[in-house]
Amino acid sequence: MLELHDGSLDVSNILDRWYKKEQKSNYGAFIPFVGTIRDEDGIDGLSFDVYEPILESWFKAWQVKAQEKGAIIKMAHSRGDVMLHESSYIAAVFSSKRRVALEFIDEFVEDFKASAPIWKYDLKGTKRIYAEDRSTAIAGSGILK
Amino acid sequence: MVRVEFLGPINKDPIELDISNLNELAKILQGDEKMNQWLENSAVAVNDIMVSSRDTALQDGDKVSLLPPVCGG
Repeated sequence: MLELHDGSLDVSNILDRWYKKEQKSNYGAFIPFVGTIRDEDGIDGLSFDVYEPILESWFKAWQVKAQEKGAIIKMAHSRGDVMLHESSYIAAVFSSKRRVALEFIDEFVEDFKASAPIWKYDLKGTKRIYAEDRSTAIAGSGILK
Repeated sequence: MVRVEFLGPINKDPIELDISNLNELAKILQGDEKMNQWLENSAVAVNDIMVSSRDTALQDGDKVSLLPPVCGG
């Protein structure tokens, strides 16, 4: 399950919905990760561009990896502007036992940061500034240089 | 024609080019001063599949996307 939302995520609603959907699926562990916008460097918020076709294929590959471990992965992300103390990202793993879910959420979020085709901008006043210093070149970048 | 899209912060309008591989695209983009910084650190996809070689062949109707450094979450 991959969800894209315009603006901030309704965290309570999304987690509640995911929990209720899987409550009787016999998973012993449900491990969510919620990313919230912190007040730092004078920003008013963050803004996101998402390239959906490649995000979807990247996520499908992770769904297959989860399935191989008897787990499922869910993710929600924002498009556009998200203001301070709101949330832009939720990932969650359900699995029979906690160890699989704990390890999987770590691997998933790390690869998400390094590979998912999403671009972040700082919002400062009327400016939308690419967060270049916090961004990571995707593996295999630079073949056209 | 091959459509070339520049994603995220590259902020450049798509272009249509008569090219048959990524080597030709590289030569064209290397001549664009504003693109130099992005060529260093952008990944490339053809028809939404990531590619790792400049020898990748292109056909009429293909879509090439340049993906600059990412930061979701």
